[in-house]
Amino acid sequence: MSGPLNIGIVCPYAWDVPGGVQFHIRDLTAALTAEGHQVSVLAPADSDEGLPDYVTSTGRPLAVKYNGSVARLNVGMRSTKRIRNWIRDGEFDVMHVHEPIAPGVANVAVWSAQGPIVATWHSSIEKSRALNASFYLAQTIMEKVRGRIAVSELARRTLVTHLGGDAVLIPNGVDCGTFTEAEPFEGYPGPGKTLFFLGRAAEPRKGLPILLAAMPAIIEQNPDIRVLLAGPSDPAEIKKKLPQDVADRLNFLGLVSEEDKVRAFHSADIYVAPNTGGESFGIVLLEAMASGTPVLASDLEAFRRVLDGGKAGAVFENENPEDLARVANALLADSQMRADLQEKGRHRAWLYDWGRVTKEIVDVYRSVRTPGEIVTEDFRGQLGGRFARRSGWRSDSNEATADAAEVSPPGAVS
Amino acid sequence: MSWWVWLLIAVVLVVAIWYLSSQAGRLDRLHRRVDAGHVSLQAALMRRAAVAAEVAGEMLPDPSSAALIAEATKNARRTAESDDVTRSVAESELTLVLAGVFDDQESVQELSEATDGELLEELASACRRVEMSRRFLNDAVRACSDVRQQPLVRYFRLAGRTPWPQAFDMADGPPEGFGVR
Repeated sequence: MSGPLNIGIVCPYAWDVPGGVQFHIRDLTAALTAEGHQVSVLAPADSDEGLPDYVTSTGRPLAVKYNGSVARLNVGMRSTKRIRNWIRDGEFDVMHVHEPIAPGVANVAVWSAQGPIVATWHSSIEKSRALNASFYLAQTIMEKVRGRIAVSELARRTLVTHLGGDAVLIPNGVDCGTFTEAEPFEGYPGPGKTLFFLGRAAEPRKGLPILLAAMPAIIEQNPDIRVLLAGPSDPAEIKKKLPQDVADRLNFLGLVSEEDKVRAFHSADIYVAPNTGGESFGIVLLEAMASGTPVLASDLEAFRRVLDGGKAGAVFENENPEDLARVANALLADSQMRADLQEKGRHRAWLYDWGRVTKEIVDVYRSVRTPGEIVTEDFRGQLGGRFARRSGWRSDSNEATADAAEVSPPGAVS
Repeated sequence: MSWWVWLLIAVVLVVAIWYLSSQAGRLDRLHRRVDAGHVSLQAALMRRAAVAAEVAGEMLPDPSSAALIAEATKNARRTAESDDVTRSVAESELTLVLAGVFDDQESVQELSEATDGELLEELASACRRVEMSRRFLNDAVRACSDVRQQPLVRYFRLAGRTPWPQAFDMADGPPEGFGVR
């Protein structure tokens, strides 16, 4: 029931290009290995150099036009062969595929395998052409997947709307341990209290203008308040439009390292997240909570969920600077309330810790397996694929992608 | 009849046979997924009962709660071979008792620090597994029923004598004290 598992993870995107899915798989692999499981990752990569031992490359991805933009995908006969070899030689107890509907490695891996297969959906794409064009393929792939995971409520909803059925919700993990302790910046948080904002200043949906608009009312009640701002910004440009009294209190850190981000959390009395939309999940909120910094956030659905409906962090009405100022002032005046949020926030963040998230993912692995079962190659899938390709179902972009990769000169693939 | 009529008939036949055999293969795969789902749910329910019994045996978290858990566990185990409705009632009862007992996250945290934390962790995992297995099973049942409802599949009896896939209904939410996101 609880022996270590031999797990094969499939990443559809190039391993040597930084991205959310790649980081997720890297962290998950580390956590699984720490629990004693054996993990092998299959992913496209530009070169074999510098790849971790656990990564098997399917070859170099090609830049092809797909879904209106240029994507780097890895579909071709050579990579298909590598995928099949990996499945055959791996003898995995479970195969865990990420973004299985994305054309390329993940798609082909599910097509070529049978047995205990688990898939994770990351993106929350609105009605996507990719999903429509390849509905037949998507359905066949879905039917092979025994356990579905969605990383956010939005991703789950996309999945349910477009493909039907259901998924278990297991979010991205936070490495809580790295946030618990840090040295605050010199002179912070200071007796006059400090607020912290993190995000690209020029991006309106990160909500910096809302916070700045609320500042005069906050200063009125907290004359010595200061604001730390991290993320790419043009301080002169921002200060130009502000009253002198507000501009003087802003301290721009610019783009910060992971380490300085943790220090900034520990340098602040309140972390403010005035985002106005477009957030599917509030990972930064959790990082603040893990650091023990009380959170004040706009009442976006995703944020409310992370904050346990407002119990583990304070919320204000989205895009309303007056409400932000009101809640911030109440929070700054009440040390008991801050301590309470700090405590509850810490507890809450641990529910999203990689340790806990990994346990749940392993629970998924174990619930899709019957004892002794392993993942094997599916030859019928291959035959079906050949048939499908010849029976007029080749007009969609998926197949065009596959063909483009197959007819490319050998030099481009190797 | 001219040759092209024969050719047309042949083509239609080949396509029809290919389509039906691929649907039959698909159905077979889905039925196996449903079967695996039932096996997995059964195993998850048995494991939960076993761990819950152990928790009750340790008199956790207190004797009267332990007695309630023990009673519900015994019921669940006794009905393990009964029909779906009887099982569902007994298993839901165990879910409710566990949810009622382990209703506070802070208390569970304290209890797990004060006692065998691993046992409670195992119970939490067992509860999660029940919820997951049931969701995966019902997912498979839905996919399978969708295919079986197709007119051609019904007309040609591609499912043979395999009984219609059955979803399993029960209360399965894990106790709030184990941390619900």
